[in-house]
Amino acid sequence: MNESPEGSDPLAQHRVEILSMDPLILRDRYEIEYRHSYAQDTPFFLGLSKGELLGSRCTQCRYFYATPRRHCMECGHATTWERLPTTARIHTFTVCYYGSERFLKETPYVLILVEFEGVNTLFLSRLKGVDPEQVRIGMPVRPRFAKEPTYTVTDVWFEPIEQG
Amino acid sequence: MRPVYLISGGVTKFAKAHPEKDFRLMVKEAYDYALRDIPALTPDMIDGAVGSYFSDHFTRQLKAASMVQDYLGLCPKPSKRIEGGGATGGLCLQSAWEAIASGRMECCVAFGFETMSRVSTWKGNEFIALASDTNFDFPIGGFYTGYYAMMVQRHMYEFGTTVEQMAMVSVKNHINALYNPYAQKAKRLTIEQVRQAPMVATPLTMEDICTMSDGAAVCILASERIASRVCDRPVHITGVGSGSDTMRMADRPHGKVLLLPHEQESDYATLRYPGVHSFRGGRMAAKLAYHMAGIQDPREELSFIELHDAYTSSEIQTYEDLGLCKYGEGGSFVESGIPFMPGIDYGLSLPQQGRLPVNPSGGLLACGHPVGATGLMQAVFALWQLQGAIEKHLGNGMLQVSRPRRGLIHSHAGTGTYITVTILEAVT
Repeated sequence: MNESPEGSDPLAQHRVEILSMDPLILRDRYEIEYRHSYAQDTPFFLGLSKGELLGSRCTQCRYFYATPRRHCMECGHATTWERLPTTARIHTFTVCYYGSERFLKETPYVLILVEFEGVNTLFLSRLKGVDPEQVRIGMPVRPRFAKEPTYTVTDVWFEPIEQG
Repeated sequence: MRPVYLISGGVTKFAKAHPEKDFRLMVKEAYDYALRDIPALTPDMIDGAVGSYFSDHFTRQLKAASMVQDYLGLCPKPSKRIEGGGATGGLCLQSAWEAIASGRMECCVAFGFETMSRVSTWKGNEFIALASDTNFDFPIGGFYTGYYAMMVQRHMYEFGTTVEQMAMVSVKNHINALYNPYAQKAKRLTIEQVRQAPMVATPLTMEDICTMSDGAAVCILASERIASRVCDRPVHITGVGSGSDTMRMADRPHGKVLLLPHEQESDYATLRYPGVHSFRGGRMAAKLAYHMAGIQDPREELSFIELHDAYTSSEIQTYEDLGLCKYGEGGSFVESGIPFMPGIDYGLSLPQQGRLPVNPSGGLLACGHPVGATGLMQAVFALWQLQGAIEKHLGNGMLQVSRPRRGLIHSHAGTGTYITVTILEAVT
């Protein structure tokens, strides 16, 4: 067990900042470090780092999930990893002009649900490299992968496939 | 199961912020209001309580419901906390119903609250977005308005729903709230003003989405024995239903519609369901509640509805889930005027105005959405409607539905992951 040196308590370290005296309101912070495990979904995230987009195929009923899960919702059997097609279409989209605090600096950004031919479910991603005004349902898209993986789902995004 | 009655309720004013009150005091105000309405109920007749609040992040206090329990003087009676995202309040009400129906309690308090003002609006949106898959959804740009925007884009694509139809919902609910002193954001709006408001996530503008709020609500439920002793006009809870769907919208299947008693499979020969345009969990909740209440055709057998309009689009989607019209007809349903209040001027042409009012209170869009309180607030407004007591509690009778017999309340979480439907009936 590590003993914290005195005065390292993050709550004690920061100076009190008073926002109001009546009612008494203080500025306060709350930070947590996690050891986040992807557990049974690990191969998906390692796949992204190798430029592979992996879905899950049920070993029993053959249901094909674009967003992975290790067990089938339809029949309860285990799934296997299977590469998703390298082309897809936009099932639906939105252009976000506001967002959660963490993503405000990235606005406007385009969210899409991606549909793959022959796959039963969809995949949520970002669409980049496009004028937001031009985005349409049915637009053909393809995945792109981060050169420097962050080992998050943002290691993959989609771009329009040039027409003609 | 034995009959369960809603015998009293109270709501605080919903507001952007109540910095002078913590969650305990907000609930206490709503609780005392509810007790004053039925003075014959003494504290010793209350057997226990169920508390509801959505987010430990917003509250910054784990086990906050225990602090409400002691503040209300209800220790050492039974208590627990219910959490189910946006449906927290609806689930809490149903949990209290279960306590009475099972015979475990004779009288149970359902209380709910949320204090959302203690962080900025965009941090608050982040907390809410953490109620989406934090491995696969949140990191992409987690934002609930974005999720609902994607759903309605598909609804528009499938069914031809328009942004003007969505704006009509905003006009309706904000104008209704002009007569509800508990509402946070009452105002007269036009379709043009809704569309010209700042765009949040296409096609939803600031006037298509509800705001964050501080507030609390309390319901008191009882058995027939207690209800008949302490309450002149108890309201009978005749149907409860709930449903669920996958946490990730991306995982929703495309199959057959869950049919209600007044529908046929041929109504939906080509529709792939639910996809992301409809809420299968809402349909399941309605189906179960209608079955328990003996409702064959909700279009003819309901007097009013208070539903979870976190977005104008989700009100339109919910008309369909509840079977008020067929899937795909939610847009034309609002244009018909059916879900508007009679006797209020909305500045719109509404051929069938007021046949089945939806969100007479102003709904979440105009009342606000202090998550843990919201589903209970709907129950309180439904109680007052069915008691014919809107004027007594709101100070004016503009929102009183004429001779209401049966009301429906609907509470909804996530992108449709938990949904409750509860049917309440006036006792004649």
